[in-house]
Amino acid sequence: MEKSPLIKVKGLFFGIFAGLDRQLGLILLGLAAVGFFTFLSASQNTPVQIADEFRNLVLSFVMMWLVSRIPPKWLEMSAVWIYGLGVALLIAVAAFGLIKKGARRWLNAGIVIQPSEIMKIAMPLMLAWYFQKREGIQKSWDYGVAAIILAIPVFLIARQPDLGTALLVFAAGMYVIILAGLPWKWILPFVGLGVIGILLIIVFGGTICAHDVVWPFVHDYQKHRICTLLDPTSDPLGKGFHTIQSMIAIGSGGFFGKGWFQGTQAHLEFIPEKHTDFVFAVFSEEFGLLGNLVLLALFFALIKRGLAISASAPNLFTRLLGAAVTLIFFTYAFVNIGMVSGLLPVVGVPLPFISYGGTALVTLGFGAGILMSIHRHRRLVQS
Amino acid sequence: MVSFKKPDLDSFQERIHIATLFVTFCFFLLITRLVWLQLVSHGKYALLAESNRFALVPAPANRGLLIDRNGIVIGRNYSALTLDVNAEEVKGNVDQLINDLSEIIDISPRDRRNFKRSLEDSRNMGTFPLRSMLNETETARFMANRYRFPGVEIRARNFREYPYNELASHLIGYIGRVSQKDKERMQAEIEGAKADDPDALQASFLPGIQYVGKIGLEQSYETVLRGVPGYDQVEITAGGKPVRTLSSSPSVPGKNVVLSVDIKLQYLVEQLYGNFRGAFVAIDPETGDVLAFVSKPNFNPNDFVEGIDSVTWKELNDSPQKPLYNRPLKGIYPPGSTYKPFMALAALENKKRTPSQTISDPGYFDFGNHTFRDDKKGGHGIVDMQKSIVESCDTYYYMLARDMGVNMIADFMKPLGFGQITGIDLQGEARGVLPSTEWKKNTFKKPEQQKWYEGETISLGIGQGYNAFTILQLAHAMANVANNGIVMKPHLVKAIEDPFTRNRVLTTPKESYRIDLNADNIEVIKKAMLEVNNSGTSAAAFKGTGYQVGGKTGTAQVFSLNSKEYKHGATAEFLRDHALYIAFAPVEKPTIVIAMVVENAGFGAQYAAPIARKALDFYIEGKWPKEIPEWKRAP
Repeated sequence: MEKSPLIKVKGLFFGIFAGLDRQLGLILLGLAAVGFFTFLSASQNTPVQIADEFRNLVLSFVMMWLVSRIPPKWLEMSAVWIYGLGVALLIAVAAFGLIKKGARRWLNAGIVIQPSEIMKIAMPLMLAWYFQKREGIQKSWDYGVAAIILAIPVFLIARQPDLGTALLVFAAGMYVIILAGLPWKWILPFVGLGVIGILLIIVFGGTICAHDVVWPFVHDYQKHRICTLLDPTSDPLGKGFHTIQSMIAIGSGGFFGKGWFQGTQAHLEFIPEKHTDFVFAVFSEEFGLLGNLVLLALFFALIKRGLAISASAPNLFTRLLGAAVTLIFFTYAFVNIGMVSGLLPVVGVPLPFISYGGTALVTLGFGAGILMSIHRHRRLVQS
Repeated sequence: MVSFKKPDLDSFQERIHIATLFVTFCFFLLITRLVWLQLVSHGKYALLAESNRFALVPAPANRGLLIDRNGIVIGRNYSALTLDVNAEEVKGNVDQLINDLSEIIDISPRDRRNFKRSLEDSRNMGTFPLRSMLNETETARFMANRYRFPGVEIRARNFREYPYNELASHLIGYIGRVSQKDKERMQAEIEGAKADDPDALQASFLPGIQYVGKIGLEQSYETVLRGVPGYDQVEITAGGKPVRTLSSSPSVPGKNVVLSVDIKLQYLVEQLYGNFRGAFVAIDPETGDVLAFVSKPNFNPNDFVEGIDSVTWKELNDSPQKPLYNRPLKGIYPPGSTYKPFMALAALENKKRTPSQTISDPGYFDFGNHTFRDDKKGGHGIVDMQKSIVESCDTYYYMLARDMGVNMIADFMKPLGFGQITGIDLQGEARGVLPSTEWKKNTFKKPEQQKWYEGETISLGIGQGYNAFTILQLAHAMANVANNGIVMKPHLVKAIEDPFTRNRVLTTPKESYRIDLNADNIEVIKKAMLEVNNSGTSAAAFKGTGYQVGGKTGTAQVFSLNSKEYKHGATAEFLRDHALYIAFAPVEKPTIVIAMVVENAGFGAQYAAPIARKALDFYIEGKWPKEIPEWKRAP
């Protein structure tokens, strides 16, 4: 039977969404909607264009759609090249990068690019490729090789210095290595040390933050950041100001929030970077704990869905890549909310799909596209 | 090399489960944190957000006027355009900013110094005037260049102004910017104030108080003059920019203070003193109204309002003339012969002398192995009480003092106000010294110093020795005698005026107390003092007055000359004698008494009495001396 033209058009329209994961798509749309509405309030009285934000969101979804069309096999094949390009660019940065605000992070290649951003995707790609390659013949020294693959760019980024990004790239790589089967007996001692270290800092915060105490291996400004976190009032007009003011914004929001466009902290300019890194404070002030629970539920659903997609992925490469990408989303969300609510030190990490910023949105769209692609090609690629 | 189990799907899924658990744990942490912030601590943060949001912008109250007894305003406010700089915006770059500004607006080194000092005092908060009284050209030039100077603006401000400059500076005093000490004091006042005290600062907004009276009437009537500052509750941004006004509490202007001082008389006396140093107090004996309160030299209180600059301050402070010294209030002088009428009255009241009782004066008086000299060689001959006053016979009073003894003198002089705080409405009054055996015992430490020697009594009779009084006390005592023993507290302010209704509330107290004096005895003294001006020491100065005036001259030694002869011209200026004079007029019913000193001038009759004569001519008959420029009302 001949299809009616209307159904044809319908088919064509929905055709472009064919194979996309509907659940993931809806969650992302939900997040994007939250982001857009928060942006409208946060950007009031600032010169940032609403049209820009809308375009970036669309761009992010277009990127997602495009990447979802790419078979994972192609990603696997290009992993080494992307990684190699990334490392080459990082070396180029170290050699003749631009210096801004005391850090050498940028490269002027007609347009100014920040190669460490590429590493956020290139690192899990490369490591997933490596473990795929070694599948079945994996030896313990494979973790040594993986560690080297991980260490080179992390070292280069940390030297810029850009400790925040270095840590995120390191985390992305570690997710792949741990998921690839790093023995627990190697992991647990580090987890234990970490927990003890955090507890020590919390308990002895007052003592070790005394002015004349010098920390080994750590820059003064890094010590300052951690100490400000422990006691934001120690520097109320400097670094502590951001944390104190965003905590006030969140706390004063209460359970129901002050209402859309009603946040005094946001609208009277007490929140720094209120439409980018600190956008969560604006959302929190205006929509309260209720809004936060909805937002956290959306993020949690996003991660659950991402992990579920990875768990049902056809080969090791896609499983590791999908899970790593999902956990990067998680890391972003956790670190951002933790930092805005005064739980973690202030590092420049955006809130996925909520924070304004073209680069971040496109990168995130790329990541979501990978998940979509893995889902879409779950039966086509068999190892 | 250890080989591991091939990572199959099961082990991967196990790790995914663990990752999910980890993620759940982290989300749990976040939710706990958010519950802590948004539920448990919501109250605290809501409060912080509110206090973030609001600022109280002070609205200073208009300060009350200072008005003389005839309605002449001697302390007022004017509004002028001021170049205001926001301290926050210029941090660390003050000199550059001022240099740039001085290209278009005249900024004196003094302006620069004052501004920088305000900045330091304020710890870089608030807005401060850099230049006041901008003229039209300057205003226009700044407005054209305004874009170059963020944080700088032109504003209308109220300034305190003393239109007659130096005139009456010691009694007016001045206001200055509130210091940290002032703030602490006012805070304590607010906390300690009673709810029903109308002068209390209860409702006032401390940050709105930017100026306080530092000395003089500005200080002693501070709470009346100041009013109650108000404030606007303003919503502000993090940068401190006001967004809108939410509520406002209007300021209540201060009340006007009406002086009992006749400022024209004050002006005349200050002119008459010329370059002489000294003190002059005139009191209306019937009311206690202080009519003139002169301290020469004086200073310009306008210099202090916006903070005096260090150069001017040093000049005033280091000057040997001591222009900042409030002489009538704080300067203590031996009264010299002006003490004699009081001694005579004491003798009559204590029945140690009758008016007609006489002594024979050989020109000196021997006591023990010491000779007390009279200023007239060969002596005054036979001297009765009136002659002793008219000719100022020292021997008469040496003997009188000996006969009375130090304590009888002290007991009589004390209620008259000698060596006592008069309670005038200025702070920092000196007590002086009214010697008595008890005073000596309390004052000195060693037993041999504490003993009173009878020889010390003798010179008390002529107003020397330990006697040390303020000119205010001398005037007060004269007023008490002129008023027949009815003591009125001297005061510079007689009423408080409501700035809107112009209703006046008298503040003058009723009589303090009465001294039981015999009217006949007072008559004897007044008559003798009248004779002083008719035929006595100051007769020349009072020739041809149209009214009857009693007086007494005095010359006080600045230091003991050890029986060497005193030669006025040959003595260094600061060691020369002080010329004193007291007077009351008209004799029948006195409306004015005067006490005065002209420092290091010499004889009282020569230097002090003529000033008193001209002051009385003006006050009683309205005659203005030709050599003194006409009084002109300030524009």
